[in-house]
Amino acid sequence: MPNVMIRKNEAGGLLFYVAKKDMEETIASVQTDTPETWGGEVELTDGSRWYIDPISPPPAFPTTLRFKRADD
Amino acid sequence: MTALTREETQNLIQEVLEVYPDKAKKDRAKHLAVNDQSIEQSKKCITSNRKSLPGVMTVRGCAYAGSKGVVWGPIKDMVHISHGPVGCGQYSRAGRRNYYVGHTGVNTFGTMNFTSDFQEKDIVFGGDKKLAKLIAEIEQLFPLVKGISVQSECPIGLIGDDIEAVSKKMSKELEKPIVPVRCEGFRGVSQSLGHHIANDAIRDWVIGNRDGDESFATTPYDVAVIGDYNIGGDAWASRILLEEMGLRVVAQWSGDGTLAEMELTPKVKLNLIHCYRSMNYISRFMEEKYGVPWMEYNFFGPTKIAESLRKIAAFFDETIQANAEKVIAKYEAEYAAVITKYRPRLEGKRVMLYVGGLRPRHVIGAYEDLGMEVVGTGYEFAHNDDYDRTIKEMGNATLLYDDVTGYEFEEFVKKVKPDLIGSGIKEKYIFQKMGVPFRQMHSWDYSGPYHGYDGFAIFARDMDMTINNPCWKSMQAPWQKPAAGEAEAIAAAS
Repeated sequence: MPNVMIRKNEAGGLLFYVAKKDMEETIASVQTDTPETWGGEVELTDGSRWYIDPISPPPAFPTTLRFKRADD
Repeated sequence: MTALTREETQNLIQEVLEVYPDKAKKDRAKHLAVNDQSIEQSKKCITSNRKSLPGVMTVRGCAYAGSKGVVWGPIKDMVHISHGPVGCGQYSRAGRRNYYVGHTGVNTFGTMNFTSDFQEKDIVFGGDKKLAKLIAEIEQLFPLVKGISVQSECPIGLIGDDIEAVSKKMSKELEKPIVPVRCEGFRGVSQSLGHHIANDAIRDWVIGNRDGDESFATTPYDVAVIGDYNIGGDAWASRILLEEMGLRVVAQWSGDGTLAEMELTPKVKLNLIHCYRSMNYISRFMEEKYGVPWMEYNFFGPTKIAESLRKIAAFFDETIQANAEKVIAKYEAEYAAVITKYRPRLEGKRVMLYVGGLRPRHVIGAYEDLGMEVVGTGYEFAHNDDYDRTIKEMGNATLLYDDVTGYEFEEFVKKVKPDLIGSGIKEKYIFQKMGVPFRQMHSWDYSGPYHGYDGFAIFARDMDMTINNPCWKSMQAPWQKPAAGEAEAIAAAS
């Protein structure tokens, strides 16, 4: 359950940054991304999948959230 | 010699790896790569930030070096105590040439060494009392000190001293910030973790100090220069460009920086990051907590400077954007003259770099402005995100080497035959004795600044001075030189 900082990059996409793992990836898709809720399964450009319980209202980025691995 | 092809470079890596035992070969192979610009993510081609192999020559530092030497050390109005035995502080004292203004020993302490000088009894009975006494002494001897940081050396972590408790107690007593930093040398694989620990200490003990205090008058043009250590005056050469653009530089981190500047940084409008590796952590934190955006910039060489100035200006209104163009135009004659003078002397020369932090990718632009080509680059302590940024800067089929060992670097140089090597003091004399021109690129070979337009002129002069030095023609003893007629015959044949 790593702490993940989500921030916007210059192009407006979302970056997924895990400080401990020194990992910075772009988010490819988010399961729920509506004006009311944000979250669910998140897929990164490297193919890994992560899960977070949907948050409503959507958080203001940048912010730190706790994600779970959804791979297995 | 012409540039190596992809296969040739790959073969070169294989050849160099041949001497290692199987296990070491497997490990080192992951750290050496041929650059391929089509790769988006460096982790597919190169592994970084791993423990160095025992038995190989590495030039990495330790977490203490990253915290005391790089991040905290240059903050001039604080005393940084090297807490532990005397050596760590004394042998690294003032080596990085972080310039500053002030009266050393009165209101600034940059080049001084403060240590608790641990003896056997301190290891056995603990050094907390000594630390408290030391802090009280510093306050008495240097009343103008603005704060104190306690930089732990290895024994502090090993014997489990509670430096946090001492710091809190003394901080209350002196009414000055005292920052305990848990940067024991054994933490992590290189100085990189020291940077992170130092950033975290700043986050926990400094950044929040002025929350809710609105007495500082802000302007819409406030910026902070982060990750510029003012080596040879670099930060000053950068700062004037920003100020000419109409921006107000509130803080310099940490070259020629002060504690007050750091405390005020959350109030700026934009954080400008030069050394991404050592200061990205605190920038990310400020973005999250205070909503201060950050951007990376590069002030090496006119092409990159112009690019960066425009990128910085894009964050502000049209006046600043117009000013940025004015600044670029103002210096155009100056840097064009530098290029006209030195480019013919340096055109086509090939460079190999092996340094730390930001330089392996940031200086590429400056070399290219002089018509030179960087054929190999590598970092001592980079992480994957640094290589992500490097791949795009480097040409195809050039060499990338992470935490390169002494042996590998020498072999690469023998095969690639660069005209110039830029690396550290530990490599300098080996390569000079091999007859290869060398610049010590950690602290600009005691020259500098290299940042900004002013720095570029010095950079070009230094590179010319090194490569075209007549001494390289005198590497062979006179009696070993071929006779007059013979030399021309060889030249004609090849």
